[in-house]
Amino acid sequence: MIVKDIINILEGEVICEGDLNQEIKTACGSDMMSDVLAFVKDQSVLLTGLVNPQVVRTAEMMDMACIVFVRGKDPDQSIISLAESRGITLMKTRYRMFTACGLLYSNGLSGGTKV
Amino acid sequence: MSNAIHLHYEVSGEDFTRAGEASGAVKKRLKSLGFNSDAIRRVAIAMYEAEINMVIHADGGYCDVDIYPDRIEILLADRGPGIADVDKAMQEGFSTAPDNVRNLGFGAGMGLPNIKKYTDEMKIETTLGVGTNLYLTVKVN
Repeated sequence: MIVKDIINILEGEVICEGDLNQEIKTACGSDMMSDVLAFVKDQSVLLTGLVNPQVVRTAEMMDMACIVFVRGKDPDQSIISLAESRGITLMKTRYRMFTACGLLYSNGLSGGTKV
Repeated sequence: MSNAIHLHYEVSGEDFTRAGEASGAVKKRLKSLGFNSDAIRRVAIAMYEAEINMVIHADGGYCDVDIYPDRIEILLADRGPGIADVDKAMQEGFSTAPDNVRNLGFGAGMGLPNIKKYTDEMKIETTLGVGTNLYLTVKVN
Protein backbone atom coordinates (compact mmCIF):
# COMPACT_ATOMS: atom_id res chain seq x y z
CA MET A 1 0.00 0.00 0.00
CA ILE A 2 1.15 3.56 -0.66
CA VAL A 3 -0.04 6.88 0.78
CA LYS A 4 -2.34 7.39 -2.23
CA ASP A 5 -4.18 4.16 -1.38
CA ILE A 6 -4.83 5.43 2.13
CA ILE A 7 -6.32 8.63 0.70
CA ASN A 8 -8.65 6.55 -1.48
CA ILE A 9 -9.70 4.06 1.20
CA LEU A 10 -10.41 6.73 3.82
CA GLU A 11 -11.81 9.21 1.28
CA GLY A 12 -9.18 11.47 2.77
CA GLU A 13 -8.67 15.14 2.12
CA VAL A 14 -4.98 15.96 1.77
CA ILE A 15 -3.97 18.98 3.82
CA CYS A 16 -0.23 18.83 3.32
CA GLU A 17 1.35 16.77 0.60
CA GLY A 18 4.52 14.78 1.20
CA ASP A 19 5.55 11.81 -0.94
CA LEU A 20 2.23 10.24 -1.92
CA ASN A 21 3.99 7.25 -3.47
CA GLN A 22 5.77 6.35 -0.23
CA GLU A 23 5.22 2.69 0.66
CA ILE A 24 3.22 2.11 3.83
CA LYS A 25 3.64 -1.25 5.51
CA THR A 26 2.01 -0.80 8.90
CA ALA A 27 -0.07 1.71 10.85
CA CYS A 28 -1.02 2.67 14.38
CA GLY A 29 -3.93 4.59 15.89
CA SER A 30 -3.63 6.55 19.13
CA ASP A 31 -4.50 9.84 20.77
CA MET A 32 -1.75 9.37 23.34
CA MET A 33 1.62 10.39 21.93
CA SER A 34 3.41 8.92 24.96
CA ASP A 35 2.11 5.51 23.92
CA VAL A 36 3.08 6.02 20.30
CA LEU A 37 6.64 6.74 21.43
CA ALA A 38 6.63 3.77 23.80
CA PHE A 39 5.01 1.01 21.76
CA VAL A 40 5.24 1.83 18.10
CA LYS A 41 7.89 0.23 15.95
CA ASP A 42 8.39 0.96 12.28
CA GLN A 43 4.81 2.02 11.69
CA SER A 44 4.61 4.56 8.95
CA VAL A 45 1.10 5.96 9.37
CA LEU A 46 -0.36 7.50 12.50
CA LEU A 47 -4.13 7.83 12.84
CA THR A 48 -5.13 10.20 15.61
CA GLY A 49 -7.88 12.42 16.95
CA LEU A 50 -5.35 14.63 18.69
CA VAL A 51 -4.62 17.87 16.88
CA ASN A 52 -1.51 19.73 18.00
CA PRO A 53 2.08 20.24 16.78
CA GLN A 54 3.38 17.45 19.02
CA VAL A 55 1.59 14.96 16.77
CA VAL A 56 3.87 16.03 13.92
CA ARG A 57 6.94 16.02 16.15
CA THR A 58 6.11 12.52 17.36
CA ALA A 59 5.73 11.33 13.77
CA GLU A 60 9.03 13.00 12.93
CA MET A 61 10.91 11.21 15.71
CA MET A 62 9.36 7.87 14.63
CA ASP A 63 10.17 8.38 10.92
CA MET A 64 6.49 8.26 9.97
CA ALA A 65 5.47 9.37 6.50
CA CYS A 66 1.81 10.20 7.01
CA ILE A 67 -0.65 11.44 9.66
CA VAL A 68 -4.40 10.91 9.36
CA PHE A 69 -6.67 13.11 11.48
CA VAL A 70 -9.87 11.19 12.16
CA ARG A 71 -13.38 12.53 12.82
CA GLY A 72 -12.78 15.31 10.29
CA LYS A 73 -10.50 17.30 12.54
CA ASP A 74 -8.68 20.29 11.08
CA PRO A 75 -5.09 21.08 12.02
CA ASP A 76 -4.12 24.74 12.33
CA GLN A 77 -1.42 26.50 10.31
CA SER A 78 1.37 25.87 12.83
CA ILE A 79 0.77 22.11 12.48
CA ILE A 80 0.61 22.30 8.69
CA SER A 81 3.83 24.36 8.46
CA LEU A 82 5.67 21.92 10.70
CA ALA A 83 4.55 18.95 8.58
CA GLU A 84 5.52 20.76 5.38
CA SER A 85 9.03 21.40 6.66
CA ARG A 86 9.38 17.71 7.61
CA GLY A 87 7.94 16.33 4.36
CA ILE A 88 5.13 14.53 6.21
CA THR A 89 1.75 14.05 4.51
CA LEU A 90 -1.26 15.28 6.50
CA MET A 91 -4.81 14.28 5.67
CA LYS A 92 -8.17 14.26 7.36
CA THR A 93 -10.96 11.74 7.09
CA ARG A 94 -14.56 12.04 8.23
CA TYR A 95 -14.41 8.45 9.55
CA ARG A 96 -14.05 7.88 13.26
CA MET A 97 -10.97 6.21 14.68
CA PHE A 98 -12.38 2.67 14.90
CA THR A 99 -13.84 2.73 11.43
CA ALA A 100 -10.80 4.36 9.83
CA CYS A 101 -8.47 1.75 11.35
CA GLY A 102 -10.90 -1.03 10.37
CA LEU A 103 -11.07 0.12 6.77
CA LEU A 104 -7.28 0.14 6.44
CA TYR A 105 -6.96 -3.22 8.21
CA SER A 106 -9.55 -4.86 6.00
CA ASN A 107 -7.67 -3.56 2.97
CA GLY A 108 -4.54 -5.37 4.06
CA LEU A 109 -2.70 -2.89 6.27
CA SER A 110 -1.61 -4.43 9.58
CA GLY A 111 -0.43 -3.07 12.90
CA GLY A 112 2.93 -4.72 12.42
CA THR A 113 2.78 -6.61 15.71
CA LYS A 114 1.00 -9.79 16.78
CA VAL A 115 -0.62 -8.29 19.86
CA MET B 1 37.83 12.76 22.51
CA SER B 2 38.88 15.66 20.33
CA ASN B 3 36.84 14.34 17.42
CA ALA B 4 33.53 14.87 19.21
CA ILE B 5 30.99 17.22 17.71
CA HIS B 6 29.41 19.34 20.42
CA LEU B 7 25.91 20.79 20.15
CA HIS B 8 24.08 22.99 22.64
CA TYR B 9 20.38 23.86 22.77
CA GLU B 10 18.28 25.95 25.09
CA VAL B 11 14.83 24.47 25.80
CA SER B 12 12.11 27.03 26.40
CA GLY B 13 9.72 26.17 29.19
CA GLU B 14 7.07 28.58 28.04
CA ASP B 15 5.92 27.11 24.79
CA PHE B 16 4.83 23.47 24.71
CA THR B 17 4.39 23.58 20.95
CA ARG B 18 8.15 24.13 20.52
CA ALA B 19 9.14 21.12 22.65
CA GLY B 20 10.97 18.78 20.31
CA GLU B 21 12.87 21.41 18.35
CA ALA B 22 16.23 20.41 19.84
CA SER B 23 15.53 16.69 19.28
CA GLY B 24 14.50 17.34 15.69
CA ALA B 25 17.67 19.34 15.06
CA VAL B 26 19.88 16.61 16.54
CA LYS B 27 18.08 13.97 14.48
CA LYS B 28 18.74 15.97 11.33
CA ARG B 29 22.40 16.46 12.21
CA LEU B 30 22.94 12.75 12.93
CA LYS B 31 21.29 11.88 9.63
CA SER B 32 23.60 14.22 7.73
CA LEU B 33 26.58 12.63 9.50
CA GLY B 34 25.52 9.23 8.20
CA PHE B 35 24.60 7.42 11.45
CA ASN B 36 22.36 4.35 11.12
CA SER B 37 18.62 4.91 11.39
CA ASP B 38 18.20 2.75 14.50
CA ALA B 39 20.70 4.82 16.50
CA ILE B 40 19.22 8.07 15.20
CA ARG B 41 15.71 7.06 16.17
CA ARG B 42 16.76 5.96 19.66
CA VAL B 43 18.49 9.29 20.25
CA ALA B 44 15.55 11.24 18.83
CA ILE B 45 12.90 9.48 20.93
CA ALA B 46 14.87 9.55 24.19
CA MET B 47 15.77 13.18 23.76
CA TYR B 48 12.27 14.17 22.73
CA GLU B 49 10.74 12.51 25.80
CA ALA B 50 13.29 14.28 27.98
CA GLU B 51 12.60 17.59 26.30
CA ILE B 52 8.87 17.15 26.87
CA ASN B 53 9.60 16.39 30.53
CA MET B 54 11.63 19.57 30.87
CA VAL B 55 8.78 21.65 29.48
CA ILE B 56 6.06 19.90 31.51
CA HIS B 57 7.82 19.72 34.85
CA ALA B 58 10.76 22.09 34.95
CA ASP B 59 10.05 25.24 32.95
CA GLY B 60 12.75 24.39 30.41
CA GLY B 61 16.52 24.04 30.64
CA TYR B 62 19.30 23.11 28.21
CA CYS B 63 20.71 20.11 26.34
CA ASP B 64 24.34 19.37 25.56
CA VAL B 65 24.97 16.73 22.93
CA ASP B 66 28.36 15.17 22.19
CA ILE B 67 28.59 13.07 19.08
CA TYR B 68 31.37 10.47 18.88
CA PRO B 69 31.78 7.93 16.09
CA ASP B 70 30.69 5.07 18.40
CA ARG B 71 28.22 6.79 20.72
CA ILE B 72 26.09 9.85 21.39
CA GLU B 73 26.14 11.40 24.86
CA ILE B 74 23.38 13.75 25.93
CA LEU B 75 22.97 15.88 29.05
CA LEU B 76 19.59 17.43 29.73
CA ALA B 77 19.76 19.86 32.64
CA ASP B 78 16.98 21.84 34.27
CA ARG B 79 16.42 23.97 37.34
CA GLY B 80 13.01 22.52 38.05
CA PRO B 81 11.59 21.13 41.29
CA GLY B 82 13.62 17.89 41.16
CA ILE B 83 12.20 14.36 41.29
CA ALA B 84 10.98 13.36 44.76
CA ASP B 85 11.06 9.60 44.19
CA VAL B 86 13.15 8.45 41.23
CA ASP B 87 12.14 4.77 41.62
CA LYS B 88 8.48 5.72 41.39
CA ALA B 89 9.12 8.01 38.42
CA MET B 90 10.73 5.06 36.64
CA GLN B 91 7.54 2.97 36.96
CA GLU B 92 5.42 2.77 33.83
CA GLY B 93 2.18 4.61 34.34
CA PHE B 94 3.31 6.76 37.25
CA SER B 95 2.92 10.44 36.42
CA THR B 96 2.72 13.75 38.24
CA ALA B 97 1.80 15.65 35.08
CA PRO B 98 -1.26 17.90 35.29
CA ASP B 99 -4.45 17.12 33.33
CA ASN B 100 -3.84 19.80 30.70
CA VAL B 101 -0.69 17.92 29.67
CA ARG B 102 -2.70 14.70 29.23
CA ASN B 103 -5.02 16.58 26.90
CA LEU B 104 -1.96 17.29 24.75
CA GLY B 105 -1.18 13.58 24.42
CA PHE B 106 1.47 13.24 27.11
CA GLY B 107 1.65 12.58 30.83
CA ALA B 108 0.94 8.84 30.63
CA GLY B 109 3.87 8.04 32.88
CA MET B 110 5.88 6.54 30.03
CA GLY B 111 8.57 9.21 29.72
CA LEU B 112 11.44 8.01 31.91
CA PRO B 113 10.78 4.27 31.34
CA ASN B 114 10.75 4.97 27.64
CA ILE B 115 14.01 6.92 27.81
CA LYS B 116 15.61 4.00 29.64
CA LYS B 117 14.32 1.57 27.04
CA TYR B 118 15.84 3.44 24.11
CA THR B 119 19.23 4.31 25.63
CA ASP B 120 22.22 2.17 26.63
CA GLU B 121 23.07 4.19 29.72
CA MET B 122 20.92 6.53 31.78
CA LYS B 123 21.83 8.39 34.95
CA ILE B 124 19.63 10.78 36.92
CA GLU B 125 21.07 13.36 39.32
CA THR B 126 18.27 15.19 41.05
CA THR B 127 17.98 17.49 44.05
CA LEU B 128 14.65 18.74 45.33
CA GLY B 129 14.28 22.45 44.79
CA VAL B 130 17.48 22.64 42.73
CA GLY B 131 16.93 20.69 39.53
CA THR B 132 17.65 17.55 37.56
CA ASN B 133 20.49 16.43 35.33
CA LEU B 134 19.74 13.53 33.03
CA TYR B 135 22.73 11.85 31.39
CA LEU B 136 22.05 9.58 28.41
CA THR B 137 24.29 7.48 26.19
CA VAL B 138 23.25 5.77 22.98
CA LYS B 139 25.83 3.41 21.53
CA VAL B 140 26.14 3.10 17.79
CA ASN B 141 26.46 -0.38 16.39
